[in-house]
Amino acid sequence: MTTRTTAIPAASDEAAIEIVKLNKWYGTFHVLRDIDLVVGKGERIVIAGPSGSGKSTLIRCINRLEEHQSGKIIVDGTELTHDLKNIDKVRSEVGMVFQHFNLFPHLTILENCTLAPIWVRKIPKREAEETAMHFLTKVKIPEQAHKYPGQLSGGQQQRVAIARALCMRPRIMLFDEPTSALDPEMIKEVLDTMIELAEDGMTMLCVTHEMGFAQAVAHRVIFMDQGQIVEQNTPKEFFNNPRSERTKLFLSQILGH
Amino acid sequence: MSETHSETVAYVRETMLPPEPPPLAETGAIKWLRENLFSGPLNIALTFVGLGIVWLVVSTVGPWLSHSVWNAGSMAECRQIIAQTWGEGATGACFALIKHRWNQFLFGFYPQALYWRPVLAFGLLFLALAPVLFSESTKARRVVLGLSLALTFVFAALLGAPMGALLGMAVLMLLWAALIETRPRWSLLASLAYPFIAVWLLWGGSLWSEAMVLAGFCLGFVVWRLLAARFGLLAFALAVMATAAWWLLLAGPLASVLAGVLPLRLRPVSSDQFGGFVLSITIGVAGIALSLPLGVILALARRSDLPVIKLLAVMFIEFIRGVPLITLLFVASLLLNYFLPPGTNFDIILRVIIMVTLFAAAYMAEVIRGGLAALPKGQYEAADALGLDYWKAQRLIVLPQALKISIPGIVSTFIGMFKDTTLVVFVGLFDPLKAMADTIRASFEWKGAYWEPYIFVGAIFFILCFGMSRYSMYLERRLKRDHH
Ligand SMILES: Nc1ncnc2c1ncn2[C@@H]1O[C@H](COP(=O)(O)OP(=O)(O)OP(=O)(O)O)[C@@H](O)[C@H]1O
Ligand SMILES: [Mg+2]
Repeated sequence: MTTRTTAIPAASDEAAIEIVKLNKWYGTFHVLRDIDLVVGKGERIVIAGPSGSGKSTLIRCINRLEEHQSGKIIVDGTELTHDLKNIDKVRSEVGMVFQHFNLFPHLTILENCTLAPIWVRKIPKREAEETAMHFLTKVKIPEQAHKYPGQLSGGQQQRVAIARALCMRPRIMLFDEPTSALDPEMIKEVLDTMIELAEDGMTMLCVTHEMGFAQAVAHRVIFMDQGQIVEQNTPKEFFNNPRSERTKLFLSQILGH
Repeated sequence: MSETHSETVAYVRETMLPPEPPPLAETGAIKWLRENLFSGPLNIALTFVGLGIVWLVVSTVGPWLSHSVWNAGSMAECRQIIAQTWGEGATGACFALIKHRWNQFLFGFYPQALYWRPVLAFGLLFLALAPVLFSESTKARRVVLGLSLALTFVFAALLGAPMGALLGMAVLMLLWAALIETRPRWSLLASLAYPFIAVWLLWGGSLWSEAMVLAGFCLGFVVWRLLAARFGLLAFALAVMATAAWWLLLAGPLASVLAGVLPLRLRPVSSDQFGGFVLSITIGVAGIALSLPLGVILALARRSDLPVIKLLAVMFIEFIRGVPLITLLFVASLLLNYFLPPGTNFDIILRVIIMVTLFAAAYMAEVIRGGLAALPKGQYEAADALGLDYWKAQRLIVLPQALKISIPGIVSTFIGMFKDTTLVVFVGLFDPLKAMADTIRASFEWKGAYWEPYIFVGAIFFILCFGMSRYSMYLERRLKRDHH
């Protein structure tokens, strides 16, 4: 494991994402409370926490799938406001992988991967297809390119989803529990893909309960509860030496079985 | 358990059992009969009641149909023949009526010498639709193209199309078919031009007036494309204004100048000469083609985040759905006359098409809204996360899936609307079912014919509607992509 961490490039000091005093409500329900977080370029962060603590909401705010009510989110120098241009700019730089893959079932794997590059980035079809095949090879399923998502296993679909996001050449990748809808034997193939991505120096924010993955690739683990960041630390410290009671309880629960 | 015993319990299968056919009583016709018709006292009783009803129908309709007369000049002659052949008091169908008057059921009062024009318009419809309806299946498309080419030509020839027209139409159709097969994308432009060709063929007059209307649309489109990047929504308004200005100011004079240079004229046919299936199909096809896009827009508007747009869509849909179609048709025929400046000639068929379209679009919108609602939220989120804007997401991700889900409902709406075109009888148009049948019954020879026209017209409606229904099933099968 230690060899692995050294193989993975370290984060730089430049900020990729800056979140300042972020607050969000669903109606009257205060989901995110005073979140402050700076993610460096090339930094990899794992977000953990109990169900309903606001992990998904936090990373969905970063590409504006959810709107925040106060505070600032600055992604790669662009602040997220109501300005549609800024939102489009941020979305084209931030890739996202969902728990339930969300592939487009009416399009082939290849079309899934080329759609956004062609229509958003205006890349010629040929070139987009080459890029798509490159990333499909990288996630090890080039032979499935002409199938439809419904014909693939869950693990394969999730790898396609990763490839689809990469085809937009994002600088930041967001993962929302990418493995929690998968059977155990498929989890590994997806995690391996993500570890490879980490080795390439991608900035990553990942909501996951895969603690092995956190220890292998994360620079920092963030623990959230009730819409707040309760604790953050290096994976080693976080797992071996948790400070808050909430963290200890959480760790005992997820590592207990 | 003792250790010795556990040894005898442990077991490993060495040979696998081959599958065997089920016992005889479990298959075949006997099983089916027993399970479906005679499985209990109630079932047995129902089976006999059902058989009784079938017998009743067959025993009354059967003789009537089998005593049918195809060769006679009038109802009286028919009755005479039936009495002679099957004895006094026998009843029989007089299909001679159909043999004599089929053309009126199909073409209404359209001039007989020009029957080839609606036939050609109908044949070209399939050429216009083939690249859309059969885009992926080359085989099905070629079959449809070949059939419509051959049938259109044969029928036009049989109906007495002049030599020149036959030649021209053969060249036109072959060129078009070649375009579809070699340049499918370009052929879509031809499909867009189809409505104008069809209008020209049906109503006649100078081709240039239709061409100028089309040119207006093209002009609007070009203006919009040129300005959209810079002015956004304003560009759309400018495009509409450019089109309107073109139609009002330039189109008329230009059309007459061009007609002077190159007269492309067909003998004009006025709307009151339309009738029968020519009328039904004209209204039906136009209504179908227009109500689908309008329905999509209404459905999207009803799900819009903008309150004003949403409110407008809801009001429109609920109002139209709450009013019988006949009311709308009366509005079209009577009320619009009051609102329009006197002397304006706003074609009655066009007015009916507009009303039928609005009516169908309201239903269509609700059907499509169902499809939109059935899409998982994740699809919208994935599209957003990839940076697709609203229109691109709708066009590339949402609508293809939502429309696919809604195919059965959409086609039902189409079929319902096509059959509703018979209601135009109430505004004095000659629909095939009532108006044409009554007209023919009113003639001296065919007085007293009752069922025959209904059977004939009903059969044609059935063929057309069943065709649509089969196509929708074919489409559903072809688009089945998820193998869950
Ligand atoms: N659209 C919504 N409207 C109202 N409340 C919501 C909405 N989405 C989420 N919530 C609530 O916000 C809270 C945080 O949700 P979120 O999905 O961010 O949790 P999470 O930490 O990702 O949980 P999980 O581990 O179960 O995915 C939850 O209590 C949830 O019920
Ligand atoms: Mg979540």
